[in-house]
Amino acid sequence: MALKIVKGSIDRMFDKNLQDLVRGIRNHKEDEAKYISTCIDEIKQELKQDNIAVKANAVCKLTYLQMLGYDVSWAAFNIVEVMSSSKFTYKRIGYLAASQCFHENTDVIMLTTNQIRKDLSSPNQYDTGVALTGLSCFVTPDLARDLANDIMTLMSHTKPYIRKKAVLIMYKVFLKYPESLRPAFPRLKEKLEDPDPGVQSAAVNVICELARRNPKNYLSLAPLFFKLMTSSTNNWVLIKIIKLFGALTPLEPRLGKKLIEPLTNLIHSTSAMSLLYECVNTVIAVLISLSSGMPNHSASIQLCVQKLRILIEDSDQNLKYLGLLAMSKILKTHPKSVQSHKDLILQCLDDKDESIRLRALDLLYGMVSKKNLMEIVKKLMIHVDKAEGTTYRDELLTKIIDICSQSNYQYITNFEWYISILVELTRLEGTRHGHLIASQMLDVAIRVKAIRVFAVAQMATLLDNAHLLTGNMQRNGICEVLYAAAWICGEFSEHLENPVQTLEAMLRPKVATLPGHIQAVYVQNAAKLFATILKNQEGNTDSTAAQETSQMMIDRLPLFVQSANLEVQERASCILQLVKYIQKLQQKDVEVAEEVSALFAGELNPVAPKAQKKVPVPEGLDLDAWINEPPSESESEDEQPKAIFTKEEPKHSRPRHTEVDEKELARRREARKQEQANNPFYIKASPSSQKVYQEAPGVEHIPVVQIDLSVPLKVPGLPMSDQYVKLEEERRQKERAEKKKKEKKKRKEKRSGRGKKHDSGPESEEDITPAHVVDIVTEEMPENALPSDDDDKDPNDPHKALDIDLDNLLETTARRPLADSEKLPVRSHRAAGAPKSPAEDGEAENATPQEPKKKSSKEKRDKKKDKERDRKRSKEEKKKKKHKREEKEEDLLGGQAEEAAVQSEETKEVEAQPSSTSAEVSDLDFWLSNAPVPSNTQEAATVAAAEADPAPEAPAGTAADSEPEEPKDTETEESKSSKHKKKKQKKEKEEKEKKKKKKHHHHHHHSDGGGEESVQNGTVEEEEPLPPMSNYCLLAENSYIKMVSDGDCDARLWKFVLLSIC
Amino acid sequence: MIKAILIFNNHGKPRLSKFYEHYNEDTEQQIIRETFHLVSKRDENVCNFLEGGMLIGGSDYKLIYRHYATLYFVFCVDSSESELGILDLIQVFVETLDKCFENVCELDLIFHVDKVHNILAEMVMGGMVLETNMNEIITQVDAQNKMEKSETFIFQSTRQDR
Repeated sequence: MALKIVKGSIDRMFDKNLQDLVRGIRNHKEDEAKYISTCIDEIKQELKQDNIAVKANAVCKLTYLQMLGYDVSWAAFNIVEVMSSSKFTYKRIGYLAASQCFHENTDVIMLTTNQIRKDLSSPNQYDTGVALTGLSCFVTPDLARDLANDIMTLMSHTKPYIRKKAVLIMYKVFLKYPESLRPAFPRLKEKLEDPDPGVQSAAVNVICELARRNPKNYLSLAPLFFKLMTSSTNNWVLIKIIKLFGALTPLEPRLGKKLIEPLTNLIHSTSAMSLLYECVNTVIAVLISLSSGMPNHSASIQLCVQKLRILIEDSDQNLKYLGLLAMSKILKTHPKSVQSHKDLILQCLDDKDESIRLRALDLLYGMVSKKNLMEIVKKLMIHVDKAEGTTYRDELLTKIIDICSQSNYQYITNFEWYISILVELTRLEGTRHGHLIASQMLDVAIRVKAIRVFAVAQMATLLDNAHLLTGNMQRNGICEVLYAAAWICGEFSEHLENPVQTLEAMLRPKVATLPGHIQAVYVQNAAKLFATILKNQEGNTDSTAAQETSQMMIDRLPLFVQSANLEVQERASCILQLVKYIQKLQQKDVEVAEEVSALFAGELNPVAPKAQKKVPVPEGLDLDAWINEPPSESESEDEQPKAIFTKEEPKHSRPRHTEVDEKELARRREARKQEQANNPFYIKASPSSQKVYQEAPGVEHIPVVQIDLSVPLKVPGLPMSDQYVKLEEERRQKERAEKKKKEKKKRKEKRSGRGKKHDSGPESEEDITPAHVVDIVTEEMPENALPSDDDDKDPNDPHKALDIDLDNLLETTARRPLADSEKLPVRSHRAAGAPKSPAEDGEAENATPQEPKKKSSKEKRDKKKDKERDRKRSKEEKKKKKHKREEKEEDLLGGQAEEAAVQSEETKEVEAQPSSTSAEVSDLDFWLSNAPVPSNTQEAATVAAAEADPAPEAPAGTAADSEPEEPKDTETEESKSSKHKKKKQKKEKEEKEKKKKKKHHHHHHHSDGGGEESVQNGTVEEEEPLPPMSNYCLLAENSYIKMVSDGDCDARLWKFVLLSIC
Repeated sequence: MIKAILIFNNHGKPRLSKFYEHYNEDTEQQIIRETFHLVSKRDENVCNFLEGGMLIGGSDYKLIYRHYATLYFVFCVDSSESELGILDLIQVFVETLDKCFENVCELDLIFHVDKVHNILAEMVMGGMVLETNMNEIITQVDAQNKMEKSETFIFQSTRQDR
């Protein structure tokens, strides 16, 4: 055996180690892949050997190759072998390899459970540490379940090195095995106050990570974190806590109020930029969560903005970046304070650093107003021209559109200007955002009625110059705008100045090179145009013009009939047949224009993007129910092919169908309209929006339009938007002069047209009337639909499973105790001497109290029930805040008594669970509402506690005597007071006191049972975290307690009392 | 949470990669390449934060990097980490490497990637920051190396060459 080892070692000497491998790869630059494949062959040989040292060396090399991108999962089993070596060196290599390449689907992982468990309980702390580190990377749900208890044990390890790792890895365990969160949480919480700063930091880290995803469950920890925040000096921990508070404040505005002062202090005092920055961030979060209108908070905002300005002005680009980032958060709620730094932000737009420019762009979004929109966009357009990289330019483009279109085009006063901007943007080469521009054009043209004339003219120019856009098919992103242009020209063709020319432009042969979906729109809208032209021309006496137009259609359309795109082909052939038919009629001098244009009659209303989804399912309609008898499976299989063939046939003869005469078509259309009108589930134009159209007779008539005439409308392809800026200035001046005159009219306009628009910004923007009185048509939504939307949430978020209410844990039995099923699985042969989980502790401790309990009289159980009842009731009261309570009192009590009896077994077991008062929630309330609480709550508490210190023997005795009556007393009093709960906080306090006092007695009763028990509880106290201390203040003020506090008592007992109070 | 820690040189050659979330080897290489492209084209005097890695992360994630001589140290983190804090952490990491390797240079990382991993494991565990105190980190690393030495005294000669 020994010989074998020696032999192995000698072999090992001649193997390549990692360094040799690296050197070899570096020496084989030309044929690296080949060299590595020979190395892998060698490694395979090495792995076959028995010597663990050789194997470990091979695995070490594999880890390196894995980094280079080679799949080494085939060696997973060997990795497990190396992991289970008894030597630390090899074990570490094994765990490293495992952490690099194991994942949930690695099947050998299930072989590792026992090995890892062994390592976790190894006497060598580094074995344990390495195992924890490795496990943190490849923990699976199975491993988490099987090892959760062992890791929890390690959280109380004597070595802080292990403790902090165990605490940290618990987060991964929670993620994979959410059931472990409840049982493990008390201990985790306790680690927040660990003497070792590393462990404390780890615990803060884990809880912050948990709370970030489900903040509401951790609100009750706020006092504890507050204490940590005011006492800790570790910046890393402080940052985490402050970040956590940032997540908590939106849920509890009172918390924010409490935070502002210490945070402002930190902002003033700290020298660490990272801490300063996070403080500012959280102050911002607080300010956001607080309702505005608090006068004293403007100072905080000013402070934040000031500090951020310093950051932004700093020469350090990192600070500049972060300053802008934080600024954008303020922007959402306090745009004014940011707007005053516009100069600075515009300056950042010119920064050489793209990250910073992007951040500055984000800020611009919120800085625009009606006044400065044109100016800002002008500046951005200059940037667009200068920008070289396409990504940044695309970003600029989207930002321009975002800025302009935000909140329903709120800031746009002149839509002609906006259309010109959009047209200018089409000249960007190689942008990906053609469709974005297109959808904006469509949106504006459809929703802003007054702009249609102008838009149509612009679009016609675009169509005419389409070759400029499509010159190079490689950069065809922009040709999407032709889609919009064609549609707008077709749909609103009545506004076209020269429809024939546009029609001609739409039917050019070059169009056939456009993408199919655009061609389809071209064809369809050519037909619309055709209808309009016919209508115009038929009025004239000369019928040849109309016939010429038909002839042009007939000449040009066949090109599209041959298109490879089905959609284009179908539409083209359909329309071609139609035109041929029309031509025939024209030759007979039949008037057809009316009927042709009837094809495209009717207004198209914009529909909100999610409207379809929002249509409520009508009552009595089961969407999943079969309409017909479900076909049997065999049947469907047989008949499917036939159906396909029979369907196919009519398709070939399709063109015939288009020849159905116009009257028939019109009739059908009418019938359909009728049907739709009667159909309650069809989305109709909402009556309100229609009303607006009617009530505002001819929006176009409204006077302001005259200025537009000075704008040269027909400058194809030249930048025009700048002109509007000047014009706008003039217009505004004029307007100011005429303001008084217009006052009346404006009011009228507002009523008719602008009613739907949002209130304009806080500046004196009301003064700026839009150049066009714009009727922004809101998008249609079904009546019952809600605007808010939940479908953005990711259903696969692993953190969802961790949304577990943890407060219950801390509130002892009444709510939802840890049930048996919730305990962490413990393997049957547990290593002796391992510390127990709290749940088990609970059981163990119960073993002792069991006896005295049995001995104690029935009264005691009654009392317990009463206590139970009290807790439950108080909880319920809090929830419902009922005033009618008294009526129901009787029933409820009865029911609860039963319940309590059923629970009594269970309650016994959980008795020793972390005990805090049932008033945990109200505790938090109290902590929050108590505005001038000193930052060092703890001190106050201890002082208070010192006063209340001794738990006297004598009163306990008397109390014990009076016990049977007392619960009833409190009950009745409580029920009374519950009536006035809201009004009289004081009374509630008293009541709380009573409860406490009662518990006081109750526990004394326990201690009567035997001295050893209190010792027991003393140990528990070490394990169990102390909940927030604020109640001690209350305690100190209470006269009853003071009166009682004269007697003396031994230290152990005192500890116990402390426990029972909180 | 830290999603990944990458070290690569000015040519994009990976010197260490640590992913705290599983990707297959090809994706890992792609991520390294993409990150290199994003980071390497940036000037020296621009900020150290970068958004918009397509493969890794998403909107909540940021790349935070530092450039030392021939090496880029890149951390991919989500919004729960403080940006400046992570920059400090990278500094701590590099200083620790410097202490452990005595004037660290790229070659140390090339030939002793396993040691770098071991040092990193004392700082970051499973994507969460474990220790930020350099002395504590070095103490633990040294203690483990000592243990390793006592176990493998036979092969020290072969192990020590670089």
